[in-house]
Amino acid sequence: MTLEFQLNGKMVRTEIQADTLLLDLVRSLGCFSVKRGCGTANCGLCTVMVEGKPVLSCSVLAARVQGKNVTTLEGLQEEAEEAGRFLAQEGGEQCGYCSPGFLMNVIAMERELVNPGEEEIKEYLAGNLCRCSGYMSQLRAVEKYLNRKGERKCGQEDASMGR
Amino acid sequence: MFQAKEYVKPASLEEAYRLCQKRSSVTVGGMMWLKMENVRKQTIVDLSDLGLDQIREDEKEFQIGAMVTLRMLETHEGLNKEFNGIFRECTRHIVGVQFRNGATVGGSVYGRFGFSDILTALMALDTEVELYQGGRMPLAEFAARTPKVTERDILMYVYVKKDHRKAAYLSERRSSTDFPLLACCGAKTLWGWQFAVGARPGRAEQVSLRIKAGQIERKILGEKGVCWTAVCGISPDKNNSAAEALAEAAASAFHYGTNLTGSGAYRAYLAKVLTGRLIRQIETGEESTDR
Repeated sequence: MTLEFQLNGKMVRTEIQADTLLLDLVRSLGCFSVKRGCGTANCGLCTVMVEGKPVLSCSVLAARVQGKNVTTLEGLQEEAEEAGRFLAQEGGEQCGYCSPGFLMNVIAMERELVNPGEEEIKEYLAGNLCRCSGYMSQLRAVEKYLNRKGERKCGQEDASMGR
Repeated sequence: MFQAKEYVKPASLEEAYRLCQKRSSVTVGGMMWLKMENVRKQTIVDLSDLGLDQIREDEKEFQIGAMVTLRMLETHEGLNKEFNGIFRECTRHIVGVQFRNGATVGGSVYGRFGFSDILTALMALDTEVELYQGGRMPLAEFAARTPKVTERDILMYVYVKKDHRKAAYLSERRSSTDFPLLACCGAKTLWGWQFAVGARPGRAEQVSLRIKAGQIERKILGEKGVCWTAVCGISPDKNNSAAEALAEAAASAFHYGTNLTGSGAYRAYLAKVLTGRLIRQIETGEESTDR
């Protein structure tokens, strides 16, 4: 079947199978930042945005993006480079395998949440797994990235902070 | 790995229902689990174009379409305001935001999964489901049916009544974002209390409780013609507050099983503790949140 959609701002017309997953489609179109980590919808490595919302491309039928806007990290070079620098500076960039999915969700979070506290950040990014770090370096990097313009109160914690 | 040959996006529910009658067809919700199943189907039936992705609200109830995502439930102001934040609480621990932007209410409810936080929360409210062929019925009645391959109806909407009940939700997990070890939801209604416990590991069941002349009475779906029955041996007294007695009466209404995440005995004990916390939360007016 024929599929038409916007991939990183460019109209794409391509042939797909009924059961093709969006993950396999975008990789076949050269977006290699999108990876299959777990294949069980748990790790967040395959995160892309569909109509601006972060989704797991391993769980989306390619046919479902007909006429929609799909964004991968390849289409967010500027923001990705900026956020990536903070990640590297804090030692959060280790083997690097989870970084593209993680950065996609950090960018989505910045677009969706207004001045999130530490607990909100943790909750938003809970679906992005990293097996190298203990998430502390990533958390520092995200807080500094969000505060890069100096408008955010760094280290601010929610009153509802849990365990 | 999931395989299919055709993809159809019906323009009407009638067409969707007709397509779904074939055993070789499969209806997709969020596709979070389906993609991992080792099945081959002829036709994928996608309900995305049927306007089922909306939450509508009037003075009597909320109408939640089957294709509404868990993230929409989580962030819906009206639902969370009406039911003390339980829709945020019952969804926010489920994997991650990206997962919840895909998984659907219809998938959670129609699947009647034992681990479902959504089913548990909805069972503590006055909830009905509407099936294309089967019509409207209480969620508890629908949930009590074992899903069968021959059952080929389409879940269109979930309705939640605005009946001024106060609700709270709690779950226990081995680790963050994991399936719940136990999920509990409670509500104080105009007539008494309603509790649902899920991930026992069986799917959520509900119990209604009231205190009449100092005695706790209980109503369990499917038990003795669904009528109020006095709970023997559990009543509020000087050693047992009303909250403790209610928690014990609620938790003891269910059977608990053992699996990799916990034993039946642990679950039974935990159910009493979590139910007690729900009662305290509701009575003190605290919003559902993590400990």
